[in-house]
Amino acid sequence: MIPEVGHFALILALSLAICQGVLPLLGAYRNDVAMMAVARPAAVGQFVFVAISFICLAWSFLDSDFSVLYVANHSQLALPAIYKISAVWGAHEGSMLLWILLLAAWTVAVSRYSSALPDTFSSRVIGVLGLLSCGFLLFTLLTSNPFERLIPAPPDGADLNPLLQDPGLAIHPPILYAGYVGFAVAFAFAIAAMLSGNLDRAWARWTRPWTTWAWLFLTVGIALGSWWAYYELGWGGWWFWDPVENASFMPWLAGTALIHSLAVTEKRGLFKSWTLLLAISAFSLSLLGTFLVRSGILISVHSFATDPERGMFILGFLGLTIGGALALFAWRAPSLDSSAGFRALSRETFLLLNNVLLVIATTLILIGTLAPLVVEVIDGGKISVGPPWFEIALAIPLLPLVLLIGVGMHTAWRSQAFKPLVAQLKLPAIVAIAAGIIVPTFVYGRFGLLLVIGTTAGFWILLVSLIQPMRSWRRKPGTPAITRGALGMSVAHFGVGMFAIGVSIVSAFNVEADVSLRPGEQVSVGGYEFELRGLRNVDGPNYQAVEGEIEIRKNGEFVAKLRPQKRTYIIQKNPMTEAGILVSWNRDLFVALGDPLGNDAWSVRLQYKPMIRFIWLGAFVMAFGGIIAASDRRYRLYANAKRPLIKTSEAPA
Amino acid sequence: MLRYLSPLLFLAVLIIVFAKGLGPERNLNELPSPFLDKQAPKFDLPGLINPDEQISSSVYAGEVAIVNFWATWCGGCRQEHGFLMELSRKNEIPIYGIDWRDRRVEALNWLSQLGDPYRVSGFDADATTGIDWGVYGAPETFLIGKDGRLLHKHLGPLDRNTWETDFAPLIAAENGAQQ
Repeated sequence: MIPEVGHFALILALSLAICQGVLPLLGAYRNDVAMMAVARPAAVGQFVFVAISFICLAWSFLDSDFSVLYVANHSQLALPAIYKISAVWGAHEGSMLLWILLLAAWTVAVSRYSSALPDTFSSRVIGVLGLLSCGFLLFTLLTSNPFERLIPAPPDGADLNPLLQDPGLAIHPPILYAGYVGFAVAFAFAIAAMLSGNLDRAWARWTRPWTTWAWLFLTVGIALGSWWAYYELGWGGWWFWDPVENASFMPWLAGTALIHSLAVTEKRGLFKSWTLLLAISAFSLSLLGTFLVRSGILISVHSFATDPERGMFILGFLGLTIGGALALFAWRAPSLDSSAGFRALSRETFLLLNNVLLVIATTLILIGTLAPLVVEVIDGGKISVGPPWFEIALAIPLLPLVLLIGVGMHTAWRSQAFKPLVAQLKLPAIVAIAAGIIVPTFVYGRFGLLLVIGTTAGFWILLVSLIQPMRSWRRKPGTPAITRGALGMSVAHFGVGMFAIGVSIVSAFNVEADVSLRPGEQVSVGGYEFELRGLRNVDGPNYQAVEGEIEIRKNGEFVAKLRPQKRTYIIQKNPMTEAGILVSWNRDLFVALGDPLGNDAWSVRLQYKPMIRFIWLGAFVMAFGGIIAASDRRYRLYANAKRPLIKTSEAPA
Repeated sequence: MLRYLSPLLFLAVLIIVFAKGLGPERNLNELPSPFLDKQAPKFDLPGLINPDEQISSSVYAGEVAIVNFWATWCGGCRQEHGFLMELSRKNEIPIYGIDWRDRRVEALNWLSQLGDPYRVSGFDADATTGIDWGVYGAPETFLIGKDGRLLHKHLGPLDRNTWETDFAPLIAAENGAQQ
């Protein structure tokens, strides 16, 4: 019964999504107030029914209703309750439902906080979001119904993939999807602007906080995924250039470019068609990621079950959505562009460079991800693109970008005089170069050109990001404090600096050793002694494990005891590594059990990872900067206004 | 005008490529190799451990064997390495390795630290053999029959489950048929 309620609620949600997608757009076109008034109630109704459907699926999981095919395939009786919940989005069908739920939630948020927008505009935004919901709901109902029954029901389920039985992965998809789906809002704003033919600075001001929120969710989502891969996959890497990872990184880069281009559109009314194109691209790349992951067109470690029918459906949807948006762009964008001048040395120039470099980076990843497919389709040959290619291809645009951030953020709009800029940045530059040379050479004991450039760039941004907040902190009474927008920018860029330092140091000084250890034996790695004290068997709720006890000492002094496990999940039989990790702000010590080598010996993977925490910490700081910037006063004024603050030609006088 | 149309044109090209990629003639779950049930491609490579030695496909003539393409940069290879070690420890089947698009020093380091499940490994740094065999990404494992025919190809890491369902029946049939 419960699954049928869920299925029916999803069908009702589709009906409401059709109303939400068609009537407000038609109403905005015909200036029909009654039709436009459908937008908000329909959006709320759609959300309610999707939520009911989602709760029904979660209920089926908690209830272990194995007569539901999806539950039978992805759960079992002994699965801990928290993973029964996260199993809802642990595979294709349920994760689509989560995607739809989040899209509906974003839509409700837009309709709640858009009272200051002209009715025609908000109707178009909600309408476009409704059309997107229709597409995903149809996809789910027609090709990926999570409520399909399995009669007779098996006595127990097939268990959730053990890789996914982890707290990090329980929260990674919802946050990542919130980011992907959030770009739909920027997309809808772009379509609405093109439909109305009216793109002013107010438009950019409305779009900015939404884009920032989507971007910061995506940032946190990607960081969580990387963190999970680091401790759960068992070999201690943090990024693998897997097609699915690239699929999340491309919208992130495009979204980052969009945030910066929106700044120019808001402050100066420039880059309009470029901003529109980026808003379309960020969401299109999210859709492309969904397509790549779910169609099985590329091989990847975490692709979902493949099905050509699903692939064709998403491809059709992709073609309609992105194709429609780009056709509208080709038609409307030429009339929207305005030309105003700016000097070669100005904030605009640096933001233009930022956009060019980020778009180059996105394109290079796109090429690397799709090249095997393109080559195969064209001449049937097969190539593969490995991590070394991506690393070099990305360093080329991103290293200059990181260096330019520091100059760009202290350059004035329109025109900046050269001398005061140099005077302001001379000291941080000298300190950064000194620190960039000293830290790798003397703290870690090695000098390398790329390494020094990387660490210098990191320190450089850390230092220059402090200039504005420090100046505000030490300002004279009565002078205005730093705005939330500027503070958020400084904080986010500080995060970029932390990230750059983390990546540079860990990739240069990371020590890995795969050794064979018997109980009682010890080995020295990265200045620490690791001793295998013993092994014992441990039983978990749905797995059995061998647990090693490894004592770590430095110069004979006790540091910590780690207990890495090698788990075998009872139903799915696959072995899983639970690494033992000793975390500290400036280094991780990582221990993972490999395989028994006979004669009591085990292969053990030991790693010393300096500064690796800065990679994720940097990402979280970037996201935190996003929160600060999105809470700027000037956005709140718009969100909370009861009446339109901006009168447009379409609003009644 | 073309400036504003170019994104649309780019999308059109991309969609054509995707549509062809999804086409029925290209199902990645099954063996895309044209060699299935035909003679597997030959190779002739310098040895990984001893570069002066030449290793060719004649090493497994007359026996049922697997050929495993691997690389040290590849996560899936690390994942399957334990299982390959288990296969070789239990002497279930001869395993021949082809170290693909890799650096020799790192590969030797890998084998000495993680163990060497291979009877012998060829070194295919520029991926010419990989291209002959249609290797798409590491790891890939090929099952070769006694007469040198390609019996099965597996994409991605091997584990006990895949082995029992996809490889074991073919090996049993191959051994049975020839007795």
